Amino acid sequence: MKKLCAFLAVVLSLAFAGVTLAQDKPAATPEKAAAEAKPAAAPEAKKEEAKPAPTPNKGDVAWMLTSTALVLMMSVPALALFYGGMVRSKNALSMLMQVFVVFSLVTVLWCIYGYSLAFTEGNSFFGGFDRLFLKGTFDSDKGEFSMAATFSKGVVLPELVYVAFQATFAAITCCLILGAIAERAKFSAVLAFIVLWFTFSYAPIAHMVWFWMGPDVYTSAKVVDEMNGKAGLLWQWGALDFAGGTVVHINSGIAGLVGAYLIGRRIGYGKEAMPPHNLTLTMIGAALLWTGWFGFNAGSALEANGIAGLAFINTYLATACAVLSWIAGEAIFKGKPSMLGAASGAVAGLVAITPAAGNVGIPGAFVIGTAAGLVCLWGVSGLKKMLGADDSLDVFGVHAIGGILGALLTGVFNSPALGGPSFPVDWFVGTAVPAKDYSIAAQLWIQAKAVGVTFVWSGVVAAISYKLVDWTIGLRVSEEDEREGLDTSAHGEAAYRM
Amino acid sequence: MKLVTAIIKPFKLDEVREALSAIGVQGITVTEVKGFGRQKGHTELYRGAEYVVDFLPKVKVEAAIKSEMLEQAIEAIEKSANTGKIGDGKIFVFDLEKVIRIRTGETDAAAL
Repeated sequence: MKKLCAFLAVVLSLAFAGVTLAQDKPAATPEKAAAEAKPAAAPEAKKEEAKPAPTPNKGDVAWMLTSTALVLMMSVPALALFYGGMVRSKNALSMLMQVFVVFSLVTVLWCIYGYSLAFTEGNSFFGGFDRLFLKGTFDSDKGEFSMAATFSKGVVLPELVYVAFQATFAAITCCLILGAIAERAKFSAVLAFIVLWFTFSYAPIAHMVWFWMGPDVYTSAKVVDEMNGKAGLLWQWGALDFAGGTVVHINSGIAGLVGAYLIGRRIGYGKEAMPPHNLTLTMIGAALLWTGWFGFNAGSALEANGIAGLAFINTYLATACAVLSWIAGEAIFKGKPSMLGAASGAVAGLVAITPAAGNVGIPGAFVIGTAAGLVCLWGVSGLKKMLGADDSLDVFGVHAIGGILGALLTGVFNSPALGGPSFPVDWFVGTAVPAKDYSIAAQLWIQAKAVGVTFVWSGVVAAISYKLVDWTIGLRVSEEDEREGLDTSAHGEAAYRM
Repeated sequence: MKLVTAIIKPFKLDEVREALSAIGVQGITVTEVKGFGRQKGHTELYRGAEYVVDFLPKVKVEAAIKSEMLEQAIEAIEKSANTGKIGDGKIFVFDLEKVIRIRTGETDAAAL
C-alpha cells in the first residue's frame, strides 16, 4: 500500500511538473524551497512571489529515486547476507531476520517522527515536530508537493523523495549495529533498543550534521550568520560529512561496541570455534553493498551532476584500493589472502570513503581506500584483542574505525592543494575556498571535534538504552536458547534442512 | 561373509567404486565422515580469529561381500585409494552374520 502511495505520488509529481512546464505558468508551490519550509510560512512566502517557484529536474528526481532503491538493497538483502554468512548456521536466520525487521521498524518510525526530528527546523541538536506523519509534504486538495533543498540554488527535489532517501540511511544505520551483538541478543530487546537509540542518537546526530536551511535562503550577505545559526551544531562548525561517516558509521560502530561490552561475550567465545558458516553469502552481500553504495554516496549529492559523478568514482576506486590493501596486509602478516578479507576490505573502503565521497578528489580516494584496508585489518585483529569485547561481526573494527579514518582524512583531502573540491566560503558568495586560504589543520580539527561529539553522544545514548532494555526485557537469551541457536529458539524455523 | 569398511580420501571415492565394481562387488554404501588420525589438521583464519580444524573430512565406504572375495576387495581398495601420502585412510574388516534382501526375503549369499 505504501509503495502504491509512493508510486502514485511520484507519477503525480511528474505529471504535475509536466503540466506546469507545458502551460509555462509558475507553479503555485510555496516559495520556500527548503526541506524545512513550514506550512505556516506559505502565505508569507506567497506575498513576495515575484519569480516562479523552482520545478524539480526530472533527471535529479529519477536519480534520487534510483539511489533510494539502491540504498534499500544495501540493507535487504546485502547487509543481511553479509552478516548472515558470518554467523554460525544455527543463527543464520536470526541475523537475516533482525536486519529485515529492524529495517522495517526504523522506516515506520522515520515516517512517524524520525524525519521531522532530524530534518526540520528546531535547535542545533534536535529538529521539531512539523512533519509528524509527514504532514505538509503533499497537499491533496491542490495536488501540490512540498519541495526539499539540494546543494544548488534554485534546484529542488520533491520533499517526499528526500524523505524516502534519508529513511533508508536511518534504517541501514540501525541495522549495522546488529552485527556486534549477533548470536545472543533477544529479538524483542533488539527492537526495543533500536527504538530508543534511533530516537535519541540517530535523529539528533543526523540533525547536527546534515540539517541546514538550504542554499536558497542565503539571499544576501546579511542573512548568512542568521541562517547558519539555524543549522545543526556540527554543520555550523563546518564539519564535512558527505554521506554519513559520522552519522552512519561512527554512530553505529560505537553503539555496537558498547552493546558488545554490555551484553557480554557469546558462550564459548575464545574456546570454541565460531567460524563463518557461509562465506559465499558474505561475498554476495559485500558485492551488493558495493553496488548499493553508489546510491548511498553518489545519491548524497542530491542531484545528478558532476559532484555525484565524483562521489561515484571515489566510491568505486577507494573500495578497490581497500580490497587490495586488506588482502595484501593479510598475505604479509597472516600468511594467506582470504575471501572474507577481500569482502571486509571492500566494506572498510566503502565506509571510509563515505564522508569523503564528494568532498575529495581522486588522490583522496587512492589514499583513503588504501589506508582503510590496512587500518581496519588492524581494527578487527590487533585492536579487537586490546578491546577484549566480543564484537561478533566487527562493527566497531570496520565501521567506527573506518568511519573515523574517513572523517579525518576528509579534512585533509578536501583541500584544493590535494585535489579536493574544497567547500564554499559561505552560501551567499557560493565560491569555494581557494588553496591559498585553505587550512588543512583547521579542517582536521573540526573533523576531529565532530568525531568526538558523535563518539560520546552515541556511546552515552547506547549505554543508557541497553541498560534500560536490560532492566525491563533483558538483553540476552537464556544459555540454553543460545546453545540451541536463535533460529529455532527465537523464530521456530531453521535456515537449512538436512 | 565379510563387511569391509574403508575410510578414504574423499577425492578417491570414484576410483575405489570403479575398482570394487571391477571385481564384482554388487553394492556399496558411502557416508561423508570426519575424523582424525596421524594426518594433522589445519588452521583457518577468519579476520582476527584463528581456529585449528582437527577433524578432517573423509569418506567411509562399506561393502558386504562373500568371504572368498575378501583379499581381492582389500587389494582393490588399497590400490585405488593409495596416494602414498599421510591421510590415505584405513580398511576395517568385520565378520558378517546375516544378510537379508528386504524385497524378496532372500538371505546371505543370495542377498549379496
